Amino acid sequence: MSYKMHILVCGGTGCRASASKSIICRLEECLKDRALEDEVQVIATGCFGFCEKGPIVKIMPDNTFYVQVKPEDADEIIDEHIIKGRKVERLLYKDPEKKATVTDSKHMEFYKKQLRIALRNCGFIDPENIEECIGRDGYTALAKCLTEMTPEEVIDEIKRSGLRGRGGGGFPTGLKWEFARKYQSDQKYVVCNADEGDPGAFMDRSIMEGDPHSVIEAMAICGYSIGASKGLVYIRAEYPLAIERLRIAIEQAEQYGLLGDHILGSDFNFHIEIRYGAGAFVCGEETALIHSMEGHRGEPTTKPPFPAESGYLQKPTNVNNVETLANVPVILNKGAEWFASIGTERSKGTKVFALAGKINNVGLIEVPMGTTLREVIYEIGGGIKNGKKFKAVQTGGPSGGCLTEKHLDTPIDFDNLLAAGSMMGSGGMIVMDEDDCMVAVAKFYLEFIVEESCGKCSPCRIGNKRLLEILTRITEGKGTMEDLEHLRNLSHVIKDTALCGLGQTSPNPVLSTLENFYDEYVAHIRDHKCPAGKCKALLSYRIDPQLCVGCTLCARNCPVDAIIGERKEAHFIDTTKCIKCGTCKDKCKFNAISAG
Amino acid sequence: MEKIKSLADLKKIRDNVQTKIDLREKSEHPESLIQIRVAMATCGIAAGSKETMNYFLNHLEENGIEAVVTQTGCMGYCFAEPTVEITKPGKEPIVFGHVNCEKAEEIIQKYLKHDELVEGIIPVNYQSI
Repeated sequence: MSYKMHILVCGGTGCRASASKSIICRLEECLKDRALEDEVQVIATGCFGFCEKGPIVKIMPDNTFYVQVKPEDADEIIDEHIIKGRKVERLLYKDPEKKATVTDSKHMEFYKKQLRIALRNCGFIDPENIEECIGRDGYTALAKCLTEMTPEEVIDEIKRSGLRGRGGGGFPTGLKWEFARKYQSDQKYVVCNADEGDPGAFMDRSIMEGDPHSVIEAMAICGYSIGASKGLVYIRAEYPLAIERLRIAIEQAEQYGLLGDHILGSDFNFHIEIRYGAGAFVCGEETALIHSMEGHRGEPTTKPPFPAESGYLQKPTNVNNVETLANVPVILNKGAEWFASIGTERSKGTKVFALAGKINNVGLIEVPMGTTLREVIYEIGGGIKNGKKFKAVQTGGPSGGCLTEKHLDTPIDFDNLLAAGSMMGSGGMIVMDEDDCMVAVAKFYLEFIVEESCGKCSPCRIGNKRLLEILTRITEGKGTMEDLEHLRNLSHVIKDTALCGLGQTSPNPVLSTLENFYDEYVAHIRDHKCPAGKCKALLSYRIDPQLCVGCTLCARNCPVDAIIGERKEAHFIDTTKCIKCGTCKDKCKFNAISAG
Repeated sequence: MEKIKSLADLKKIRDNVQTKIDLREKSEHPESLIQIRVAMATCGIAAGSKETMNYFLNHLEENGIEAVVTQTGCMGYCFAEPTVEITKPGKEPIVFGHVNCEKAEEIIQKYLKHDELVEGIIPVNYQSI
């Protein structure tokens, strides 16, 4: 007797933080109480991507999509939906534009334009059960490689698919494998780079949490093609759930004979071990990552030699990012031509983006390459929060740049983003609205870089520190016009002379904001004003005596009693006492208080 | 756990599991499959719609019919419970009344397999918005 209904509950980190684990427990208890445990199955899946409205609960077969579910809603879901077949109206997703409730995910704007390849199993299977993955064609690509294809044929297939590295650089994956195959050695290594360090990016974590077997399978396929029998996953220790699921997946794959010696009765042996990183940004750079795995300081070295020639323990090593690997089994199952038919001329397939910042639908999305920023931000992302105006979107993390209104219709792919002065990076997308100060944004990324710079080369260690000092001066209203020249020159020097890829791209946030928001820099320096009202040192709050009705609300809420005035008369702010916290502006019901 | 030794073994497990997660696969594209909705309000359950639903669930597969079986609330035809609404891809839904296990078998053999209508169709007397 198989189950009549399946209840899928998101078990990703985001939804777990909002108690999805207790939802599962409560649902199971309720089912037990009503003797339905043999008819309805509750499954903890990976991330659905719609993190904004988590925790997500999806009921199959009627494909009902419940949002923001609480453990105490479990009883109602079971009694109403499962037993009586009536949907629980109040838990359904409401389209903010059309104000209508949407019952199933197919009709949600968020999912309409998405094409899920790397995330194909996330939110669909139980990641802790290898059989569910096998049921979705898991490990058939590996079996196909071992029984029907030579290593050269596998590499050729990947090359023809046009798959490029999803970690940031966009290097052709098939070519990378070919280099690693070329070098002869008694031992070679396959490394999975799961050190996802860009602020705002969490696709690699979600893939490992939702579909760890696709990564394991792809690593084994890579091992077969380059001639390696050992795989290493380098993952940051701050991803406990991903580590746990990966560990379970490796164990299960070994039990099923899909990892280990003589896989599927062939002569191919492959073992995977996990290596933990301490969460340093620079360790996402492949040479630094390898040093960290060897037990040395996580510092990059110059290339060549490339890891394909001399990597982990000086042996030929192939390093691929998690999302890149997750694409591999599908390419082999469906064929290189199928994959190459998706995307743009030089960027094939799909890309996963993590939407964050001032956007309505914060979450994880996967779209074909060539989708425009406008489609991603306005259609899938649901537009800017609170009806504010779009200002910029930061892509590519600290190595990327800010794109503006004029870039909204640019099809997203590796080359277009580079041409627009940003980069694909790992796929973090932070959306900014009119209230964000771009100088402060550049400063934020520089702070991150200064903190994370490994310190090995002076352009990155000292140069970025100087950049940060100049930016800090500007945000405090102490900058000069010469500072802008210095910023630009120094940025170019760092770009040209830093040792590793991360150092060379670190001034990008400064350069792209200078390019696109030059006026804002000038306003800080010449007019001592922050147009977005973010830089505290440049702000002063003012009450418009014409608009103030003297309700005293601001005065009562001011934490430092800086507002004076009689009832029903216009109030004033004592600027010597004011700490610029902005509480008065938020509280005023008459829009009488302005900052500037 | 016995280790998987060959591609054939792997495929055997895959096919076996596929029937279990089939329900989820199908639900992603319900419009391309036959949809069977069993009215399961109080009156329907009292009239035996649970047995009807189980009958469909257990006997569709052995007849090689791919369908999504869901339950729904009261359809309003309380005089003819258990009621079942069947939508074939690209066709208008048809509601059958008094569907006990025997009737269910007849529907499977005649309507689902050969598109032959059977006795007991209830004319739909309302429109839904």
